[in-house]
Amino acid sequence: MTGRRLLDKLWDAHEILRRDDGTSLLWVDRHLVHEGSHHAFAKIAERGVPVAEPGLTFGVADHYAPTRGGPATKAIARMIATLEENTRTHGIKCFGLDDPRQGIVHVIGPEQGITLPGLLINCGDSHTSTHGAFGALAFGIGATEVAHVLATQTIWQTKPKAMRINVTGQLGPGVTAKDLALAWIAKLGADGGRGHAIEYTGAAVRALSMEGRMTLCNLSIEGGARFGMVAPDETTFAYLKDRPFAPRGADWDRAIETWSDLPSDGNATFDTEVTLDAAEIAPIVTWGTTPEDALPVTATVPDPSKMSGNTAERARNALEYMGLTPGRALTDIAVDQVFIGSCTNARIEDLRAAAAVLSGRRAKVPGLVSPGSRQVKAQAEAEGLDRIFVDAGLDWVGSGCSMCVAMNGDHVEPGKRCASTTNRNFRGRQGRGARTHLMSPAMVAAAAVTGHLTDVRDLLNGRKVA
Amino acid sequence: MTGWSQHTGLAVALDRENVDTDQLIPARFMSTPRSEGYGDFLLYDLRTDNNGNPIADFPLNSTPDASILISRRNFGSGSSREAAVYALVDFGIRAVVAPSFGDIFASNAVNNGLLPARVPEAEVDAAISQLSAGPVEVSINLTDRTMRVGDSVLDFTLDDVWQQKLINGWDDIDLTQHHKAAIAEFRTQYVKDTPWAIPVQQTNFRSAGRDTGSQ
Ligand code: SF4
Repeated sequence: MTGRRLLDKLWDAHEILRRDDGTSLLWVDRHLVHEGSHHAFAKIAERGVPVAEPGLTFGVADHYAPTRGGPATKAIARMIATLEENTRTHGIKCFGLDDPRQGIVHVIGPEQGITLPGLLINCGDSHTSTHGAFGALAFGIGATEVAHVLATQTIWQTKPKAMRINVTGQLGPGVTAKDLALAWIAKLGADGGRGHAIEYTGAAVRALSMEGRMTLCNLSIEGGARFGMVAPDETTFAYLKDRPFAPRGADWDRAIETWSDLPSDGNATFDTEVTLDAAEIAPIVTWGTTPEDALPVTATVPDPSKMSGNTAERARNALEYMGLTPGRALTDIAVDQVFIGSCTNARIEDLRAAAAVLSGRRAKVPGLVSPGSRQVKAQAEAEGLDRIFVDAGLDWVGSGCSMCVAMNGDHVEPGKRCASTTNRNFRGRQGRGARTHLMSPAMVAAAAVTGHLTDVRDLLNGRKVA
Repeated sequence: MTGWSQHTGLAVALDRENVDTDQLIPARFMSTPRSEGYGDFLLYDLRTDNNGNPIADFPLNSTPDASILISRRNFGSGSSREAAVYALVDFGIRAVVAPSFGDIFASNAVNNGLLPARVPEAEVDAAISQLSAGPVEVSINLTDRTMRVGDSVLDFTLDDVWQQKLINGWDDIDLTQHHKAAIAEFRTQYVKDTPWAIPVQQTNFRSAGRDTGSQ
């Protein structure tokens, strides 16, 4: 008999029933809502149904949260007020703008211990895959599905195929989970994980901190996978112990027992298997308009004339939008500004990594540093990281999605080029005409210091790599 | 949502790979209530110039009554924003034809009566070259999962579940209500077996083992 995979164990534990057509009705342990959930609240209001399980639902203001002063426009203020109103009406705990626990939904879930191994977690945001880092079945859903979860605390899903990405060896100094994620997406494509749940395994994944694992799982959706996960282990348990919403006492002991059974059985097989050698991964930057357009920073801008068909056409379009010349060294690309933030890379470890590069140096370009949550902000300030950013000439601002999605008013001007720790370099993602290069926090810090894309390893000499 | 099984309309090509959700509807439009209609926001930054004037030869501008969009691989990749589907639907699009779709986009589409029809790359190539001279009438038949483009009939791939949902216009919340008893039973057992899965501090959770009686 073949062994069961983490995916199977999580799926089975939540399956209420399975229809003849193969679709499962699954129990949802945690439902996270944000300002964008207004469509879903409107849908249940229309039908006049209540929220089934307010105790399993949490709200947070993040997508439209101002990072400086108050909301930038009336429409933005209304989005935040609507969330607060909807959560109040339905008795849902909401981490609003004046709550010290406020932050980006995928940062605060784990931080508060709302996210746990073995749970099924939904949120109307595609980066919900982040929570899979704890060995949870976590996936993003659309507004109709959000309304369904609100009304029933369940979701219909067809079980995805299982993919294993096994990363052997050890990441080099200055190479991070972000580089690892961009490396596999570049290799398999932005739809390489489509229809799959990815389980990340191997020594390099085990060696990652929870922050690193979250970054890795977060980016699963950029490779097309709705689910990304890492089996829980001691690192997971140590991170969660004593978090505010995590189990205590006997419940904690029982939980650990259950969680310890979650890892895939040794003889489990996967529909798709991919192996990467961590030692071969260099710091990576994107050059185009999808996360698959990623290359080691030591490479040159690709040349469409050496490609064929649709690929060439797409590269040509991307380079035109990005304002780049084929054949130039990536490190020659000058940036106008930097952004350190988002649910991908704004946790404490990310800020430490950026600060390690910026310490005692000045940024040549302006930039924003937006911690992933108020708690991360407080922690960073306690460690003096804010001084390092401010002394380098960067703005230290409040927490929220900010320039990741440019909904709160923070944006990149048309034609400007931004080195960014975020997750999407799509056209217009950071503002109309904005040119985004994705990379790790340390790499963004390096770009800030030199004013162009830079191999951070050259700036690490004699420094402690955070 | 009302179901449908046949549709005939004008098809236009959007000859690009990876048409992501941020292109389908830029984030800045998403604080608009749906009642105002999202059709004008569809592909806004591609359809308009920097001054917000429509680009005349953009396919959806030259054929504003198009109801079928043929595009390339990984259509709708990116975010879970259902607003991307609303923009298409409110514009009047009934079907998107492409070699592959973002997973979340495709399920959002079906939930709004929009067909994500998967057709092999080579056939998309052929259809797009047919459309290069201008829009073409296309007939879609959901029941046998075929579409007629000019003289050729193409098979498209669509999960059985999604096919039924589109044809019947099913609403998941209604369907789920039929399983109320099964859900309640599951819940009771689940709460008993996994007490740790109930967030501590949550005083508004009804639970057999740890009842707070607030509901
Ligand atoms: S930071 Fe960006 S990716 Fe993360 S939840 Fe916010 S908008 Fe989504």
